[in-house]
Amino acid sequence: MSFGLHRLMPRRTTVEAWLLLLPSVVLLATFAHIPIVATLIDSFYSTPRRNRPAHFVGLDNYRDMVADPIFWKALINNLIYAAGTIPAAVAIALAMALFVDSRLPGRSLLRMAYFTPTVLPMIAVANIWLFFYTPGYGLLDQIAILFGGHTTNWLGSQHTALAAVMVVAVWKEAGFFMIFYLAALQQIPPDLREAAAIEGASRFTFFRRVTWPLLMPVTLFVLVNAVINAFRTVDHIFMMTGGGPDNATNVLLFHIYEIGFKFWDQGAATALTMVLLALLGLLALAQFLFAGRKVHYQ
Amino acid sequence: MSRIEVEHLVKDFGGRAAVNDVSFSVERGALCVLLGPSGCGKSTTLRLIAGLEEPTAGRIVIDGRDITHLPSKDRRIAMVFQSYALFPHLTVAQNIVFGLEVRGVARAERDARLGKVAALVGLSEYLTRKPGQLSGGQRQRVALARAIVSEQPVCLMDEPLSNLDAKLRQEMRVEIRALQQRLGMTMIYVTHDQVEAMTMADQVILMKDGAIEQAGSPVDLYQAPATVFAARFVGAPPMNLIAAAGPEPSVVTGVRAEDMRLAPPTGNGADAEVTSIEYLGADTIVGLRRSDDGDAILVRVPGRASARIGERAALAWDPAHEHRFDRASGRRLSAFPPSTDRSPA
Ligand SMILES: Nc1ncnc2c1ncn2[C@@H]1O[C@H](COP(=O)(O)OP(=O)(O)O)[C@@H](O)[C@H]1O
Ligand SMILES: [Mg+2]
Repeated sequence: MSFGLHRLMPRRTTVEAWLLLLPSVVLLATFAHIPIVATLIDSFYSTPRRNRPAHFVGLDNYRDMVADPIFWKALINNLIYAAGTIPAAVAIALAMALFVDSRLPGRSLLRMAYFTPTVLPMIAVANIWLFFYTPGYGLLDQIAILFGGHTTNWLGSQHTALAAVMVVAVWKEAGFFMIFYLAALQQIPPDLREAAAIEGASRFTFFRRVTWPLLMPVTLFVLVNAVINAFRTVDHIFMMTGGGPDNATNVLLFHIYEIGFKFWDQGAATALTMVLLALLGLLALAQFLFAGRKVHYQ
Repeated sequence: MSRIEVEHLVKDFGGRAAVNDVSFSVERGALCVLLGPSGCGKSTTLRLIAGLEEPTAGRIVIDGRDITHLPSKDRRIAMVFQSYALFPHLTVAQNIVFGLEVRGVARAERDARLGKVAALVGLSEYLTRKPGQLSGGQRQRVALARAIVSEQPVCLMDEPLSNLDAKLRQEMRVEIRALQQRLGMTMIYVTHDQVEAMTMADQVILMKDGAIEQAGSPVDLYQAPATVFAARFVGAPPMNLIAAAGPEPSVVTGVRAEDMRLAPPTGNGADAEVTSIEYLGADTIVGLRRSDDGDAILVRVPGRASARIGERAALAWDPAHEHRFDRASGRRLSAFPPSTDRSPA
């Protein structure tokens, strides 16, 4: 009797589990997995033209991509963009969270102020910064002139354009990440700080030995998001530079858009997409493998 | 010489005094219990001594050194928090030696002290666990070990046992008291549980509304409560207050449950009706109600009581066991006759 039950129970629960998972599996498959596989297949086919349907070309699309200097320019730009914006956004978010977590007057106003950029659509953010960067009468130049400096074409110069769009991304993201850090900071019981103070720990020691390790799960979460955003958010590049000047602000996704929807080269665009996906997958995996072990989850 | 002296300590929170002119001193190596109901200012007093709050007024002196405005870390104190305040991401060993590490104690000495303290509190087998993998009692021991390992002369404890179950609480009471005596620590121990105060303390400071109600040994508090509040707060069951007993209406008379006897009913108006019977094994608490007042009177009867609910009985006691209080001020009128050899319950 009990033998029979034992054999029955696991199967029943497995079936139920799968049934419960089914809706999300269907949705994920329809909108994520199947398109990815379709894209992968497409990347081995030529771009269909009016008089020439797509045909299998093997790795030709990838070979063309590697031979294209603009691809390399976009990839390197994107890596610089990621390497610059991610640490800056995370560090500023943490600093802001630590600051508004302390007992200072008017902190709720400050929290709101820090969070505002997050609520604004990227298009609006780009507009604001377009004004800041406008040569001659933009905010930055007005300040520069006030102090006897000269005007700078921040977005028009190859040397400054990428940095300029990176600043916008950091400005937009830091407030968002701050909210996660702030929530985590408020989860840390205040008596930990008191216990550490009695034991003789300075504020810095407490941060290094207690706060920072306890924030690790949030840091990991924020990092994963920041990495994805660094390869995904291109709205402001459309608005502010259009990838220019001379591809100085061209990044992978923007490049994919141009290849796919301006030049209608589906083969090349799908190959590029696969590269971007592989890159993101590898980065996420690396983060979990590297950080996952060190993270203390409550 | 007094080890800890607290002089006219005041702490205001937004105009309300949580601690209001509190003064006491604790002898070297003594265990002093701050006792009182929730919200009476015990924790605030302790936190003032720990340097976690700034006093509004007053002075705190430890061993002749005025520490009133020193940072916590320079006060040479250790503290056990009610929540234990363990670092959840550190192992038991790392939690215990956290302070030693911060203070730059050499590794060899750290390890030696860790080993000794872990053995002392029975944690040797759990050193590599995280607090989340421990039971409540074990976490309590980690907090205790962290306080002991620092070898500070003064140890402060804020309701350290309140999160434990009754059986464990009793074990830990004995254990903490033994450790305190063995290590010669001067300890201030906060609790709302009068049993902890009675069983552990050399000296009890009973607080009410931010002020000291009575200070003395457990025996003093039990045998000669200074106020009605003290009489009712210390001892279980609380002292019976008998209204309008005797000729003076301005006097409240108190008699402890064990000083009362049940006598055959006399038939006059002084008889009471049995309304509850609580069998405790060694004795029984019989609750009675007199028709003319509302409060139940509790009588401790040895063994099993023969009384039944609904029966009537007369209450009797030796006048020598009466505690007399002024009705208006609640203060004690008579000194308790020093005749007893009872130990506190
Ligand atoms: N940080 C604080 N801010 C304002 N009021 C407080 C604060 N801490 C304690 N109090 C008040 O002071 C009184 C005494 O509190 P506390 O010392 O914690 O009592 P106990 O430990 O005896 O239960 C309470 O009325 C409490 O509300
Ligand atoms: Mg308290």
